[in-house]
Amino acid sequence: MRITQGTFSFLPDLTDDEIRAQVDYALSQGWALSVEYTDDPHPRNVYWEMWGLPMFTIKDGAAVLYEVNACRKAFPNHYIKVNAFDNTRGVESMCLSFIVSRPADEPGFCLQRQEAAGRMQRYSTRGYAADKPAGQRY
Amino acid sequence: MNAPAAPTVDLQAILHETNVQEVLEELDRELVGLAPVKKRIEDIAAFLVVARARKQLGLEAATPSLHMSFTGNPGTGKTTVALKMAQILYRLGYVRKGHVVSVTRDDLVGQYIGHTAPKTKEVLKKAMGGVLFIDEAYYLYRPENERDYGQEAIEILLQVMENQRDDLVVILAGYKDRMETFFKSNPGMSSRIAHHIDFPDYSETELLQIAERMLAAQHYRFGDGARAAFEQYLARRMQQPHFANARSVRNALDRARLRAASRLYAERKRELTESDLTNIAAADILASRVFQSPVS
Repeated sequence: MRITQGTFSFLPDLTDDEIRAQVDYALSQGWALSVEYTDDPHPRNVYWEMWGLPMFTIKDGAAVLYEVNACRKAFPNHYIKVNAFDNTRGVESMCLSFIVSRPADEPGFCLQRQEAAGRMQRYSTRGYAADKPAGQRY
Repeated sequence: MNAPAAPTVDLQAILHETNVQEVLEELDRELVGLAPVKKRIEDIAAFLVVARARKQLGLEAATPSLHMSFTGNPGTGKTTVALKMAQILYRLGYVRKGHVVSVTRDDLVGQYIGHTAPKTKEVLKKAMGGVLFIDEAYYLYRPENERDYGQEAIEILLQVMENQRDDLVVILAGYKDRMETFFKSNPGMSSRIAHHIDFPDYSETELLQIAERMLAAQHYRFGDGARAAFEQYLARRMQQPHFANARSVRNALDRARLRAASRLYAERKRELTESDLTNIAAADILASRVFQSPVS
């Protein structure tokens, strides 16, 4: 099951040129870009591992692609996303975030039902891959 | 039967559209002397214009390697030329942003194990889309200490210079002899640099011209006899050690301005005219320490 989170996630995977165009747009807005990766794509897992520090001083999108490719090389079977952060005073939040790399095989999520008091049903989701310890999931 | 006309390109149009000629003329106008350097830069610009014309006709060739090394004594205009080079490359579309990131060993090499790689990469990322100017690049390699982290920075630099040729242009600068030793001990670096440009020292007349331009830029001028005094000053100063060409001229002029100011301050009872405030007097220059030592 294909994970859909962040911008563009219902589109086919972005090519490097398309990623580059998005990154250049973010830079033209003065946003700082960062690369993050994870092997636990649960929708509630919002804090992914940082791949290096956010890039505040770069002028050109090539630098972001360089980091994305380095991250892909180190974690070929993880989820990798690019974030664009607007540090303008009063905004100071993420403006754009999209997945740039995903594992070849995504087993998806299981819907778990729990019987609670008085025939109440509680629901939760759990990634099939999360059964394995971190680092061996994909 | 007419054969289809062979497609043509107009070099003039490329020159016009990119305004390269403008930068070259600016370079020629603003910098005194340096004839061989200007010639080399014109050659490189011509090569790049032709490469662009070939591309328009679909004669695809690999992006030419543009990494350069500028060698020469201090104060011969290496940094200034690097800034101009960045503009030329930007106008011809060989770098995307055209900014110059100027660094030295300190910015590239870390202090402990594992510190160098991120530091160098940080600088490289900052320079992408523009020109990375490494001043006194020979300090990166310290043969006397085999555990020096400079080697690590060189390796990362080489890798990026080779793989991301479209993304950034590296210019290494430094003294001629020390750069030669540096290239000898790092053949990989030498072979990845396409253009070695040597900056000659300025002659006395050129230095005098430079001095006049520097003064004019700050709305000063040589007063009576001051020009001759400065000529004498240059003749003596050039014999002394640590002569740094244009940089020494600038320092000498700064000190002369200082003396001119204190001279005016001493006679503050008097009404000053504009020429009092703009003139550098011969005495301001002759007071220099250079005139106290006997001529060898």
